[in-house]
Amino acid sequence: MTAPAVPQARAGALAPPPAREPGPVARLRRSAATPPGRLRAAGAVLAALVLLFGAVAVWQSVHRSRAAGQVVSASGPLSQDAAEIYLRLADADATAAAGFLLAVDEPATVRGHYQDDLSTAAERLAEAAGRSGGTGDPKLTELNQQLSRYAGLVETARALDRQGLPLGGAYLRYASELMQGTVLPKAQSLAEDESARLDSDYRAAGATPWAALALGVLALAALARYQVLLFRRTNRVFNPGLLGGSLAVLAALGWLLAGTMTAGDDLARGRTYGTRPLRELDQVRIAALKAHTAENLDLVARGASDKYTKQWADLVATLDQDPRTVGSVSGLQAGAPPDAANLLTDAASAYQQWQDRHKDAAAQNSAGNYEAALQRTLTAGGPDTADAAFQDAGRKWKDAAKVEQDAFAKATAGLDGMLTGQAVAAGVLSVLGAAAALRGIGRRLAEYR
Amino acid sequence: MRTARSRLLVAAVVLAAGVFATGSADGAGGPAPQAAVLAPEAPAAAADSCDPTVSLPPRKVVGTKIAKIIERDTLLVGVDQNSYNWGFRNPKTGRIEGFDLDLAHAVAKSLLGNPDKITLKTVTTAGRADALDKGDVDLIARTMTINCEHKIAFSAPYFRIAQRVVVPKSAHAKTLAEALNGKRACVAKTSASETELKRDPHGTVSVRAMENQLDCLVLMQLDEVDATLTDSELAAAQVAQDPRVEMVGEPILPGWMGVGMDQKDTDLIAWVNQVLIDWRASGGWQTSYDHWLRDTMGAPDPYLP
Repeated sequence: MTAPAVPQARAGALAPPPAREPGPVARLRRSAATPPGRLRAAGAVLAALVLLFGAVAVWQSVHRSRAAGQVVSASGPLSQDAAEIYLRLADADATAAAGFLLAVDEPATVRGHYQDDLSTAAERLAEAAGRSGGTGDPKLTELNQQLSRYAGLVETARALDRQGLPLGGAYLRYASELMQGTVLPKAQSLAEDESARLDSDYRAAGATPWAALALGVLALAALARYQVLLFRRTNRVFNPGLLGGSLAVLAALGWLLAGTMTAGDDLARGRTYGTRPLRELDQVRIAALKAHTAENLDLVARGASDKYTKQWADLVATLDQDPRTVGSVSGLQAGAPPDAANLLTDAASAYQQWQDRHKDAAAQNSAGNYEAALQRTLTAGGPDTADAAFQDAGRKWKDAAKVEQDAFAKATAGLDGMLTGQAVAAGVLSVLGAAAALRGIGRRLAEYR
Repeated sequence: MRTARSRLLVAAVVLAAGVFATGSADGAGGPAPQAAVLAPEAPAAAADSCDPTVSLPPRKVVGTKIAKIIERDTLLVGVDQNSYNWGFRNPKTGRIEGFDLDLAHAVAKSLLGNPDKITLKTVTTAGRADALDKGDVDLIARTMTINCEHKIAFSAPYFRIAQRVVVPKSAHAKTLAEALNGKRACVAKTSASETELKRDPHGTVSVRAMENQLDCLVLMQLDEVDATLTDSELAAAQVAQDPRVEMVGEPILPGWMGVGMDQKDTDLIAWVNQVLIDWRASGGWQTSYDHWLRDTMGAPDPYLP
């Protein structure tokens, strides 16, 4: 574009040509007063508008893509990790109590179960520390320390048990108190933090890019309006450059709109089939585990305290609520993805069996038949104990959680890539659009030569 | 004094007669007149003095309470599962065993003809009176020091005890004062030891009251407290479980161990007192002592009631 040379034709006619002495601002103002000057100014404004739209679209898309990336690969898995850490720790405590109750009859599987719980919790803690970045959450560090302290106490208890000393039982009580009173509340607050982070990432990823959309519409409107103006002035229907620019902006805008809707859809699916049912499932699993722990600790306490029977009653009351209430066992099927529903139905009947057997055991216990109550609750390798039914329900819930986790991963897979693609597209299209608009204006200017 | 006492006597006779009459009506009771004979002693022990060695005279008469136990065909006994060699859960078998359990089985045998017709319920130190009050247990055999708080009725003494301090050997304390002064102490909640440290802190900087004296040994091993004040037999049980702690200083607050029962259950109290006499006479006490306690407590002479 050889703009500076062009305007002489008319500018000379309007004003005498004592050129070159005013400042650049005055020159600009004067040149804008001429038709070619106006053209040039309009071109600059249109191009700037299109580029601004592109820049904002890129920026917002990148921001959302990053948030989506967090949902998919960081806060989503992290929040599930935190729930898993809690579950494993609570399970370890219940299992340690079971091992104590089974005494010499403790089968290797119970011991293995406990160790698996602890090592999985430790692994998840390490993974969570890795995901949350270099410095790491101080809660993770504290949890790690307390976990090894807990494990040490339980080992001491076992060693004392082996010597036949009741001091072992006192150590187990101490360890359990550490778990219930300090470790688990910390794990819970970690899980809540992660949940909140996931929610905020969800919001950021699913946010509508209003600024970009508004700028896009504005750029498109400006382009259209200027084309109408040119049409009136020149009676020429199309300016190919401006038309191309408009199409590029329209395409970018469409892409942005479609991308936003798709991302919103994917996120909604991730939430509906993944995050939300997972959370409800976690809530139920945690309450069930707490009840199971209370069940075992009550047998350990052997009537010394009614704290555990009260805990049991409260937790079971929550689990037994009607299906519409979040946190009820029967409510899980309703919100679950179809693949998980069968597992959840099976889990619910195992849960019912657990409850029935527990009632039997509790009746025995209050009739004074402690041994019978213990056997009904927990026998080494016993298939029809309350513990066996609980483990059964626990396994099915765990499988269902896996299905829901997969549903989440599937729904949100490639989401960040798509949003990145959207950013690139918005950038390229807006540059193309600006170039086309300038070219269209250039064509018009050439006519003044 | 005289009038107050005689009024009490009258009240007691009336009450006792009423109780025993009900027992007879149930068809299981002994002769009511005999019951009235032993009544005068009871309020004397409760109201006039606090001689912990005095309980109802021994007598095997079936009253309301015993009739109920016979009908139920099992004796509900409150026990501890943390008192090594006294009442403790053997972690290898899961069964509760010990000196107190032998005594409980002897009572069950005498009442129901079978030492195993017994239902064990663990009670915390703090929950003892409550358990009797609510009827959760018929009697409590768990290293209980006889006291004069009148919340619980006690049998005649079956073991002589005192309070002892347990400290880590590394503390190198020689006396009670060295063991407690400026130290963090631990006691069982609502135990005689807690009462003592409330009365006189002995220079302790803090006192942790735990559900059970054995929790104190855990805290001592984890260096959360420096010393434990507890009954001598439980102190010995702690030492038996941890070679790194020792009893130091002079025993304080000599006392007696008794079986705890509800004050209403006069028939059971008298019956248990008879069982205690028989248990001593038949050598049961000695056998149990030798089996559970001799290793850690030596010759039985200082402990005989």
